[in-house]
Amino acid sequence: MSEFIIFSLLNTLIYGLLLFMLSSGLTLIFGLMNVLNFAHASFYMLGAYFAYQVSLKVGFIPALFLAPLGVAVVGMLVERYGLRRVHAHGHVAELLFTFGLFFLLDELVVLIWGRNPVDYQIPAFLDFPLFTLFNSDFSAYRGFMLVVSIAMFISMYLVINRTRIGLIIQASLTHAEMVNVLGHNVPSVFMYVFGAGAGLAGLAGVIGGNYLVTEPGMAQALGPIVFVVIVVGGMGSLTGAFVSSLLLAGLQTFAVGMEFSLADLFMKFGVNVQSDGIIGDILRIQIANTRAMLPFLFMIIMLIFRPKGLLGVREE
Amino acid sequence: MFSVNNLHAYYGQSHILRGVEFSVGPGEIVSLLGRNGVGRSTTCKAIMGLVKHKGSIKFKGEEVGRDKPHIIARKGIGYVPEDRSIFPTLTVQQNLELGMKSVKKPGKWTLDDVYRQFPRLQERCNVCGGHLSGGEQQMLTICRSLMGDPDFIMIDEPTEGLAPQMVETMGELIARIAKSGISVLLVEQKLTIALAISHRMYVMGHGQIVFEGTPGEFEKNQTVRKEWLEV
Ligand SMILES: Nc1ncnc2c1ncn2[C@@H]1O[C@H](COP(=O)(O)OP(=O)(O)OP(=O)(O)O)[C@@H](O)[C@H]1O
Ligand SMILES: [Mg+2]
Repeated sequence: MSEFIIFSLLNTLIYGLLLFMLSSGLTLIFGLMNVLNFAHASFYMLGAYFAYQVSLKVGFIPALFLAPLGVAVVGMLVERYGLRRVHAHGHVAELLFTFGLFFLLDELVVLIWGRNPVDYQIPAFLDFPLFTLFNSDFSAYRGFMLVVSIAMFISMYLVINRTRIGLIIQASLTHAEMVNVLGHNVPSVFMYVFGAGAGLAGLAGVIGGNYLVTEPGMAQALGPIVFVVIVVGGMGSLTGAFVSSLLLAGLQTFAVGMEFSLADLFMKFGVNVQSDGIIGDILRIQIANTRAMLPFLFMIIMLIFRPKGLLGVREE
Repeated sequence: MFSVNNLHAYYGQSHILRGVEFSVGPGEIVSLLGRNGVGRSTTCKAIMGLVKHKGSIKFKGEEVGRDKPHIIARKGIGYVPEDRSIFPTLTVQQNLELGMKSVKKPGKWTLDDVYRQFPRLQERCNVCGGHLSGGEQQMLTICRSLMGDPDFIMIDEPTEGLAPQMVETMGELIARIAKSGISVLLVEQKLTIALAISHRMYVMGHGQIVFEGTPGEFEKNQTVRKEWLEV
């Protein structure tokens, strides 16, 4: 049991920080520009493919820096020459723009790298068990993912809370126009934040793509859950995204091990579920089997009872 | 110093300003008066480049009508909007720091100056902007703009919702700003402080200027007052 808990906690932390790497950019972009970027997870995919391509030439470590940088540049171009123009035509146009971008990038990746997964491998020097606990290995690469994520988290915290640009970003989250008329170049701040958000998603792709799998469907696999994270956390709230990343990661990780149903749980408390109808069937579903559905259920319940999310500020 | 000629502004299809013209001289307090919805705030926003507009806006002899908002601000025009736009999640001090256009070359007004003149803001320097009273917020938003070292500042309804005593303090503050050499456009609905401190006044009605004169001339002209101000 303690083995299950310790490994689940570690996995929650890794998966949660990965989710945060993806959702932090998305939530900031929404908070600043009011744009719900459907193509955000595509930057994650691009990060993985860029890293694959770069590491073929110069190895994994340079790719760790170059690939996110490349994705950030793509992100800035998308903001500067795409979104900023579309912005004048309202939110629906923006939404459709990012929607189109999502499919465009998907098809572009297929065109260049093909429909099958590419052979993006964990680097050999990180491919060994770091420690063994209760007969299970914890791989060095997972430790590495943890270190990169924590380093990213700390740097982001420092930038937002200890620098002038961080102050400008925080103020723009509530009053972008005012920041602008105080003489700060808000449009270019938007561009850099969009680029940085894309770069962070790219970084998640670099360290997650080889751990999971690098294929055209990867943006689609992770995109929805990232949306769940920012809705649950509260759109535009970084702290909210952090809390909800860990929460949802925990929910999914721990659910895997829960090979019992609600009916079993009631039994523990002495309630015997007799119902044979549909209710009985639902109660007898194994919790582990609901893993994929839980986050969405959580989001829908959240939207009904607390639409602004855990730490959101917006009421609309 | 500052002048606007034949200014037109639009929100989508609606044509709000229809040829506004006025000017503000160096160190002068000029008030822009008018009833609700005549377009006073829109005038300020058009000057800052925040709404679609046509016409000429000249500042220090240079046309600034085509510039982006942050460029206009950097050229020396300060704007205090009617909603005050305090950054609610940031402290008083952080609000003031954001008024500075660059930390490397601070302007005439430093944090110390602001705190010396407004001990109340110093006492509350670590409090979140959102927790201030209306009067404190109004002080803060004006001081924040002063930190950006403007030569011309537009203040939109600074006395709105303030207690009478606070209104008087506000009048003194604005007079002091002008004495320090900054030209002021004071946008007001009520005559309270405008009559007392303005050098010249303009009255707006339906997107146009309908009266221009000194406070003395204004007081003699009962028709303007009846037709365009009193409700
Ligand atoms: N964002 C907007 N979209 C469309 N119309 C607007 C918008 N803002 C203002 N208006 C309209 O423009 C006109 C002028 O508004 P403005 O805010 O300039 O008035 P005002 O003179 O400042 O008065 P007050 O501050 O008392 O409302 C009003 O008729 C208002 O309804
Ligand atoms: Mg107004």
